[in-house]
Amino acid sequence: MSPAILPLKVEGLGFRAGGQVLLRGISFEVPPGRRLVLMGPNGAGKSLTLRLCHGLERPSEGRVAWQGPRGAEARLHQAMVFQRPILLRRSAAANIAYALDVRGVNGTERPRRVKLALDQIGLAALADRPARVLSGGERQLLALARAAALKPEVLFLDEPTASLAPAAAKRVEAAIADIHAAGTTIVMTTHDLGQARRLADDILFLHEGRLVERGAALTFLAAPKSPEAQAYMNGDLL
Amino acid sequence: MAEIADAFAAALRLIVGLDAELAQIIGLSIRVSLTAVVLAAIVGLPAGAALAVFRFPGRRGVVVLLNALMGLPPVVVGLAVYLLLSRSGPIGFLGWLFTPAAMVVAQTILIAPLIAAVARQSMAELWAEYADELRSLGVGPARTIATLLWDGRFGLLTAILAGFGRASAEVGAVIMVGGNIAHVTRTMTTAIALETAKGELALALGLGIVLLAISIGVNAAAYLVGEATRASEASPA
Repeated sequence: MSPAILPLKVEGLGFRAGGQVLLRGISFEVPPGRRLVLMGPNGAGKSLTLRLCHGLERPSEGRVAWQGPRGAEARLHQAMVFQRPILLRRSAAANIAYALDVRGVNGTERPRRVKLALDQIGLAALADRPARVLSGGERQLLALARAAALKPEVLFLDEPTASLAPAAAKRVEAAIADIHAAGTTIVMTTHDLGQARRLADDILFLHEGRLVERGAALTFLAAPKSPEAQAYMNGDLL
Repeated sequence: MAEIADAFAAALRLIVGLDAELAQIIGLSIRVSLTAVVLAAIVGLPAGAALAVFRFPGRRGVVVLLNALMGLPPVVVGLAVYLLLSRSGPIGFLGWLFTPAAMVVAQTILIAPLIAAVARQSMAELWAEYADELRSLGVGPARTIATLLWDGRFGLLTAILAGFGRASAEVGAVIMVGGNIAHVTRTMTTAIALETAKGELALALGLGIVLLAISIGVNAAAYLVGEATRASEASPA
């Protein structure tokens, strides 16, 4: 996949709401092909950073700069999966077909892409089942299948395995690894240190709306430098 | 008491015997109310969904106005439509006054705000659920409205039923713009008012029973359709 919008350059990103500064001075870069994981305690600004990068919120300061296309056009090369998957009140297959239709995949190509997406994620048997009756793990897998079917250059994942049982989380992690192997750059948040070890190439550590530390995952996880990250790794900062 | 019992018996005889006048009044009532509901839904449902989704200056004022319009006094609507359609009115040239078309116009004006307001509430809840995903996918404004209306269609049945309920029970506006002319603009409600005033309780009671049965029937049908479709929930893409 040749990059159309990467690298992503985030410069001096800040966000205020209700008179409070929720994020300030966040700068980082996402090169193509990497798996960037945002870590930090609750309220650090991880999800907000993802939403700002994906264009769901407008920054109060700083900028999110994609290569080439901007704004809504840049978003067409991205996809996002939320902590609580948002599924339409339709069948599993229709959820994927809808997303493909919105992104302009034609009617003859669509059924093939839907079937492929469901096959790859292991949900083919549930294609005609209403999305709302699926289990939590199946719902998250379906959301991933829908995102993957769009063949995004960048996939944002906001704590994709939070509140999932270990077996379901394992399936979701495997699906994320497959999507990355197919050429998609991953930007995700997690609280799970084990998951960060398994999935991250690079780590950004945020605390109270600031970027405190960044580095290669192996280095960061083995020996975080900042006192905040050390406290977080020791379980003293939740 | 015996008089009421006799009237009930006579009413039932009219219904069972498919009395021609009764059938004609029922047919016209249903035609007028259904046409008004369809027209009001065409306007009200997208308007309600748009109000739920889009933010614009003055939106709160529009929502307050819409909610206020739900309680539009029928006689005021009747008067306004009368003035519009009267020979010297701006659209008097249509010649609709004292025809079923005028009754449809009045009922549409009465129930469109009701349908829009109930739809807005239902769509606002669905939008809160869908907003992030639809924005993430890059769904445009028109498609967003269409998606919400389709996926929230069961909730919208309530809006449509509320509209039909108000339309079929309305008497003030339709009597003003329709004139309650026998075999032309006489509906169930206007006939009930007239026959009761005349002391002809049999026809009034017969029409009242039918009106009640229609209301219960429509609600039951909507409930069953909703249950059956919710059970499958799957839909074409």
